[in-house]
Amino acid sequence: MRSRAVPTNAAATLGLIILLMLVMVALMAPTLAPDSPATQNLSEDLRPPSRAHLFGQDKLGRDVLSRVIYGARVSLLVGVVVVGISAIVGLGIGGLAGYAGGHIDELVMRLIDVLLAFPGILLAIGVSAVLGPSLRNVLLALCAIGWTGYARLVRGEVLAWREREFVSAAIALGATPGRVVLRHIIPQLLAPVLVQATFGMAGAIIGEASLSFLGLGVQPPTPSWGAMVNEGRSFLLFAPHVALFPGLAITVTVIGLNFLGDGLCNLLDVRSRDT
Amino acid sequence: MRWYVLRRLLFAVPTVLGVITLVFFLIHLIPGDPVEVMLGETARAADREHLRRQLGLDHPLPIQYARYVRQLAHADLGRSLHSGRPVRRLIVARYPATVELAGAALAVALLIALPLGVIAAARPHSAVDTACRGLAVLGASMPNFWLGPLLILVFAIQLEWFPVSGRGGLAHLALPALTLGMGMAALLTRMLRSTLLERLRDDYIRTARAKGAGESRVLLVHALRNAALPLITILGLQTGALLAGTIITETIFAWPGVGRLTLLAIQTRDYPLVQGCILVIALSYVATNLVTDLLYGLVDPRVRA
Repeated sequence: MRSRAVPTNAAATLGLIILLMLVMVALMAPTLAPDSPATQNLSEDLRPPSRAHLFGQDKLGRDVLSRVIYGARVSLLVGVVVVGISAIVGLGIGGLAGYAGGHIDELVMRLIDVLLAFPGILLAIGVSAVLGPSLRNVLLALCAIGWTGYARLVRGEVLAWREREFVSAAIALGATPGRVVLRHIIPQLLAPVLVQATFGMAGAIIGEASLSFLGLGVQPPTPSWGAMVNEGRSFLLFAPHVALFPGLAITVTVIGLNFLGDGLCNLLDVRSRDT
Repeated sequence: MRWYVLRRLLFAVPTVLGVITLVFFLIHLIPGDPVEVMLGETARAADREHLRRQLGLDHPLPIQYARYVRQLAHADLGRSLHSGRPVRRLIVARYPATVELAGAALAVALLIALPLGVIAAARPHSAVDTACRGLAVLGASMPNFWLGPLLILVFAIQLEWFPVSGRGGLAHLALPALTLGMGMAALLTRMLRSTLLERLRDDYIRTARAKGAGESRVLLVHALRNAALPLITILGLQTGALLAGTIITETIFAWPGVGRLTLLAIQTRDYPLVQGCILVIALSYVATNLVTDLLYGLVDPRVRA
C-alpha cells in the first residue's frame, strides 16, 4: 500500500506547491517582475533569453519574463472567479433540482442538457464573439458553461443523500427544506465539489488562455498567457522563446492543478474521474 | 433494438430544439444595436434598414424565432454579410475538411491510447506505467494552441518532415491531427488503464486464468473487450471537444475547415455565419452523442432494456 500512496501524495504535494507558487507570483508580481510588462524597447525586439532578460524579449522589446509573471494574475483571477461563481450557482441550482425533484428537476436537467450540447468552449467562443473581447466577458462566458458541471454533480449527490437516515431524522424533527439542504446535505458535498473545483480551475485557465489566443479574451497590452502564445506564433522561426515560455507556464499550472485534483480525489475518497 | 433507436431519437429532439433556440438568441446578446455593430457607426441609414430587414430584426422576437426555425427546416442558414453567399453553401464547402481532421485526430488518439493504456495496465506501478501516466498527464495539460506551434517548430521548421500549414495529403494531416488528438489520447490512456485494472480484478478473469489463458490473452481478449463500454462513452464525449478544438487547430495550421471559418466570421463580425457555424458544430456533437448511445445499445444488450 505504501508504495502506491507515496507517488500519489508526492504528485499532489507538487501540485499544491505549483498552485501556491502561482498565487504567490500573481500577488507579488510588481516585486518579482524585473521590468514593467508594458515597457517597450523597440530597438531590442525579439532578443533571445539573456542575463538581463531571462525569457528574452517580444516583438515590442518587452520583457517576456515580466509579462509571464503578470500573466499569472489574469490566469489566477479567471480561475478563482469562474470556479467561485460556477460552484455557488451550481450548488444552488443543483441543490434545488435534486431536493425539489419533479418539474423543477426536469427543467434544470433539460437546460443543462442543452448547454452541454455545445462542445468544449464553443459556447464561450460564441458568447465572447457577440459580447466583444474583454476580461469581463471572458468571465461571463466561462461561468455561463461552468456552473453546469457543479449543478449535475450536486443534484446527483443530493438525490443520494436525501434518502439517508440522518436527513429523514432532521425532517422528522421539523427542519425546513432550506435547513436540511444547507445544514445537513451541503456539508456532505464539500469533498466532491472541492475536487471538481480543482479540475474546474485548470479548465477555466485553459479556457481563458484559449479565448485570448483567438483574440476573444483579454486585450493588449494586458498580458495573458494565451494571447502571448498567439503573438509569438508569428516568430517561431526567429524567436521561439516568445511563444515557448507563456505556453510552458500554462502547462505547468494545469499539470499542478491536475495532480492536486487527483491527490484530493484519493485523500477525500472521491470517486476518480477516470474510473 | 428498434424501440431503443426510436427512443434515443425522440430524446434528441428537445436538445436539438434547445440548441437552435440558444443559437437564435446568441445574436440578441450583442450589446446595443446588432446592425450598428455589424456595419459600424458610419454606415448609411438605408444600408442599416436593408440589413435589419434582411436579418428579420424589424419583427417582434417571437416572429423572428418562428422565421428562424422555418428557415432552418428548409436548411436555410441565411446569407453571409461579408460575401453575400448562402451560409449553408460556405459551411458545406468546408465541412469535409473538418470531418477529415476530426477523424484523423480520433485515429491518432486511439493509436496512442490503446497501446499505452494496455501497457500501463499490464505492469501497474512499474516504471513503464509511471512513464505512460506521466505522458498522459502531460498530454492532458498541454493546451493545443501551444502544442501546435511546438510541433510546427520541431517537425516542420527544424526537421522539415511535414509542411507548416494547409490541406493536402497525409503529410499535411499529421501535425494538425496530432495537435487535436493529443488531449483525447491522454484522457483515453488514463481511462483505459484504470478500467482495465478494475476488470482484471473481476471473477471471470480469475476463471480465464484458472483455465490456463495466457496473460496477453487475458488482457487483450477478456479484459479489453469488457473495457470497451466506458471507452465508447469517453470517445463520444471527447469527440465534442475535438469538434470545438478544430477552431483553434484549424487556425494554427490554416486548415480550411468550419473551425477556421468560424473564427474568420467572428473577426469580420459576420454574425449570420457565426450563428451557422456554431449551430452546425453543436448539432454535429448532438449527432455524435446519438451515435454513441446507439453504439452503446449495440454493444451492451442491457442498455436496450
